[in-house]
Amino acid sequence: MNEKENQSELLNHLHELQNSHPQQYITEEALNQTTQKFGLTKAEVYGVVSYYSMFSLKPRGKYIIRICQSPVCHLMGSQSLTEFLKQKLGVAVGETTNDGIFTIEHTECLGQCGKAPSMMVNKDVFTELSIDKLETLIEKLKTEAK
Amino acid sequence: MIQETKIGLARLGKIDPENINDAIALGAYDGLKIALSLNPDEILVRYESSGLRGRGGAGFPTGLKQKFTSQSCAECQKYVVCNADEGEPGTFKDRTIMQNDPHLLIEGMLIAAYTIGASKGFIYIRGEYNLSIHRIRKAIADASSNGFLGSNILGSDFSFELELRLGAGSYLCGEELTLLESLEGKRGYPRIKPPFPAEKGLWGNPTLINNVETFVQLPAILINGLDWYTALGTSESKGTKIFTISGRVNRPGFYEVEMGTTLRQLIEVLAGGMKDGYSFAGALLGGAAGTFVDASLLDTPMAYETLKAIGATMGSGAIIVLDNTTDKIDFLQNILEFFKHESCGKCVPCRIGTTLLSEMASQLKTNPEILQKMIDEASYMARTSLCPLGQSPVLPLKSFERYFATAITNV
Ligand SMILES: Cc1cc2nc3c(=O)[nH]c(=O)nc-3n(C[C@H](O)[C@H](O)[C@H](O)COP(=O)(O)O)c2cc1C
Ligand code: SF4
Ligand code: FES
Repeated sequence: MNEKENQSELLNHLHELQNSHPQQYITEEALNQTTQKFGLTKAEVYGVVSYYSMFSLKPRGKYIIRICQSPVCHLMGSQSLTEFLKQKLGVAVGETTNDGIFTIEHTECLGQCGKAPSMMVNKDVFTELSIDKLETLIEKLKTEAK
Repeated sequence: MIQETKIGLARLGKIDPENINDAIALGAYDGLKIALSLNPDEILVRYESSGLRGRGGAGFPTGLKQKFTSQSCAECQKYVVCNADEGEPGTFKDRTIMQNDPHLLIEGMLIAAYTIGASKGFIYIRGEYNLSIHRIRKAIADASSNGFLGSNILGSDFSFELELRLGAGSYLCGEELTLLESLEGKRGYPRIKPPFPAEKGLWGNPTLINNVETFVQLPAILINGLDWYTALGTSESKGTKIFTISGRVNRPGFYEVEMGTTLRQLIEVLAGGMKDGYSFAGALLGGAAGTFVDASLLDTPMAYETLKAIGATMGSGAIIVLDNTTDKIDFLQNILEFFKHESCGKCVPCRIGTTLLSEMASQLKTNPEILQKMIDEASYMARTSLCPLGQSPVLPLKSFERYFATAITNV
């Protein structure tokens, strides 16, 4: 691979850095290390990280709950699921619980519309959600986190 | 009785997607072997005559795109790129293909690369598709160790390297030139067209970029022949198409059928009609950047020309079914918020326009007249925006007005 082709690995690399951090974000140190590895300026790497919604420059929870707000999930009731989650966890969308376990995020269509409403928790997909299902899952994750 | 006709999903459920020998036993890479026995120019002619059109949304003739890329420059490095970003709401066909038969995609890309003279390829896949990512990775490794990728493939002069690159949550990166920017490791800002990728794509080199579903139509055309392929579909829409049906139907999911199957056959027969207690209230075809239809259009054949005739789009093949409980204004507002969220903000008409549209939508219930203003704004955006994202909101808006204007006045 030539130098240009190397830079095409930037997003893959950022995913790896973020996934390997317990708080699932790109740290200052990771940014610096990336600039060196790819021969880019910090502004360039920062620009990329801040553009893409899957990347975060702030620490996040052990579990990132990404709830789909696109048309099909919306039609199938995802709004009430978001309301439930916010209440249950006591945080707004985009925030992390005080115990550092959960972050709630919104996402656009996850390509799971046949079984809407859908969401992801880290790398796992959950579909045909209901408030009961969510409640059980949250309790289970809470126990596992301890 | 309408039946499915399977090309992209022919091996679905019949193989272990992570076992290359399963796929080979059911014909994987047979199309590649035929390709390697032919002259690339001969293959080009076949794909041009096949009538295959791109399945990523725009429906551009695939053979023509191959020809442009092939002829664009004799000496330079060419690339083949697969658009596996699949972000159009309501669409999950590419994921279904990649999860169930990753080798079919690799084979399609290999044939395309041989045809246009490319030695290197990338699959750009959205970062959320973890299972597809895992299976494609494994498939690339297995194809390499079985001599289908790498140098002198199957003892021929043809060499091809294939790599996987992940997106990171941007709908706009599915737009081909934006995708190439992102693939180069940059922010996902669109490039100005022309030049088209066939001329100046990745790193300024000729690049063939196609959707997953387009690539997977290629092997069967060589294996079964042109006569077989052109007999499938309608006069201007050949082959099969995977439609993804969502909403309150009995069997939401993916269905691969001949082009020209009607909306009614898809919704009422294959998807089993509406769930008990719900009735059909219209559909959105092609995702957020798509068009609404109502019950009067259920007998429209799903083919490029017939949809165009009624002002509708095939788009990605998404069919989002609305029902009697759907708040249509709320649904429209959700779509407009989607565009606002996904606008990259590079150009003013779209950055401000998408924000304005979603604000105006929130007033629709109390002020129905505002719909006309919204259409005017969206038409202005369509004329002045830099890339197709800003040109899209006019599609759902105009068709909404055409079929659902009463939904507004009756609130
Ligand atoms: C905003 C936007 C998003 C798009 N997203 C996708 C996508 O996710 N997948 C895709 O194949 N094409 C997508 N397209 C269409 C591509 O720009 C391009 O037309 C397609 O990759 C060409 O492949 P085809 O000729 O095989 O259809 C998108 C277009 C726009 C304007
Ligand atoms: S039309 Fe919208 S998405 Fe496209 S470049 Fe302009 S601001 Fe960005
Ligand atoms: S709309 Fe939610 S998964 Fe597609």
